[in-house]
Amino acid sequence: MSDDAYNFAYLDEQTKRMIRRALLKALAIPGYQVPFASREMPMPYGWGTGGVQVTAACLTPDDVLKVIDQGADDTTNAVSIRRFFQRTAGVATTESTAEATVIQTRHRIPETPLTEGQILVYQVPIPEPLRFLEPRETETRKMHELEEYGLMHVKLYEDIARHGEIATAYAYPVKVEGRYVMDPSPIPKFDNPKLSDNPAIQLFGAGRESRIYALPPYTQVVSLDFEDHPFRASKADHACDLCGAAESYLDEVITDDAGSRMFVCSDTDFCTGRQAAGHRGRLSPLSKEIA
Amino acid sequence: MTAPQDASVLSGGFVEPAVQSAHAFRALLAAMARPGTMQTVTGAQPPAPLSVAAGVALLTLADPTVPVHLAGAADTEAVRAWIAFHCGAPLVAAESAAIALGTWDALQPVSRFSMGLPDYPDRSATLIVELPALTASGAHLRGPGIRDRAELSLPETAAFIANRARFPLGFDCLFTSGSTLAALPRSTIVENA
Repeated sequence: MSDDAYNFAYLDEQTKRMIRRALLKALAIPGYQVPFASREMPMPYGWGTGGVQVTAACLTPDDVLKVIDQGADDTTNAVSIRRFFQRTAGVATTESTAEATVIQTRHRIPETPLTEGQILVYQVPIPEPLRFLEPRETETRKMHELEEYGLMHVKLYEDIARHGEIATAYAYPVKVEGRYVMDPSPIPKFDNPKLSDNPAIQLFGAGRESRIYALPPYTQVVSLDFEDHPFRASKADHACDLCGAAESYLDEVITDDAGSRMFVCSDTDFCTGRQAAGHRGRLSPLSKEIA
Repeated sequence: MTAPQDASVLSGGFVEPAVQSAHAFRALLAAMARPGTMQTVTGAQPPAPLSVAAGVALLTLADPTVPVHLAGAADTEAVRAWIAFHCGAPLVAAESAAIALGTWDALQPVSRFSMGLPDYPDRSATLIVELPALTASGAHLRGPGIRDRAELSLPETAAFIANRARFPLGFDCLFTSGSTLAALPRSTIVENA
């Protein structure tokens, strides 16, 4: 079957209209999870079916698409989704954050600051921040309705009682415009400050759970915390071993069986950009040659 | 059987639905994400008195699952037939509409439109408000999507201040004039100029 057998961006027009209506309502009620009739996609749940449906509903032929998985452009999930839209929508693709108009992401916000006109689409596994505290949808819905978020603070408090600090490191809950508590998807809490006051449109799609939510640009997003235990965006206490960046989020890579390790930027585009600009880290080939 | 329609009913839709509705949606998305910004849309030629922008919004959002209400002068035989052919949307009373279309005066009282439910605030009406002119001046807007302050030539402010007071309940508005559209979601704080 030829690729022309598909509608532009794979989904049929009626499905796109349904998703588009949900997206507009999601923007009108920032942080509120809008139910939508999630479709089966030609990839398994957990591979970003929600993000893919949101991206498909947003794409135009003029777009330049970037897809990242944990910050990397070259991992299986990112490559397969990028190729999916190359085939079904014929859009241009890029690995450069600055050149992209639509960025679909799994679990990271790019290090390069986003700009007005860009759209960041998050893949979300569990959109309900209260789900692991209260499994019943009827109850969590009522809790959002009544702004009854005490349970979430109890959870954070129990973190402090047990570990001496808020140990939640990813999917760190946030409050949007003082109203809805929202799951920012499993991004590291290092990325939480970038959610707030961001010039880009941020859209969240959860395929298996059939939920869409959104943050318009310049929305106030606050990470939940306590006066005596304020929120801290944490990262590994190293510089990138390839590009030397001290301010980027790092992945820890085990390099042998003797416990050697290196830290590298999780955002591959950011790291290669810095290396191309001449920055070097502890383990980059050039610095070895010099040594 | 209804009487045979004028053939003009069959025209005025998107020629390339997938691509044109994608561009139209991006304009709607940008408008709703950045209240008060003007977007220009093309591709629809709905019958009078509908504007191009209102036609584009209908083609992009309405289908057989979306009950539409036509208010006042927008409720003509030609418009009904055009929506029936191009969107297939059922035409309903104001109270049960997901999308309502008309001039601001014709849409009054706006309190009759669905504001959503406390547990499902998304189940609310979207009003497509036809204005004689649309400019980025007038009432002051603050809130999500607006960096500092925006301005929009709203037909009045009291109704939108009341609408914001009910947040997260409330209706959302698309303002259309010619081929220009702007949006005012319920989250926007409206102040008199």
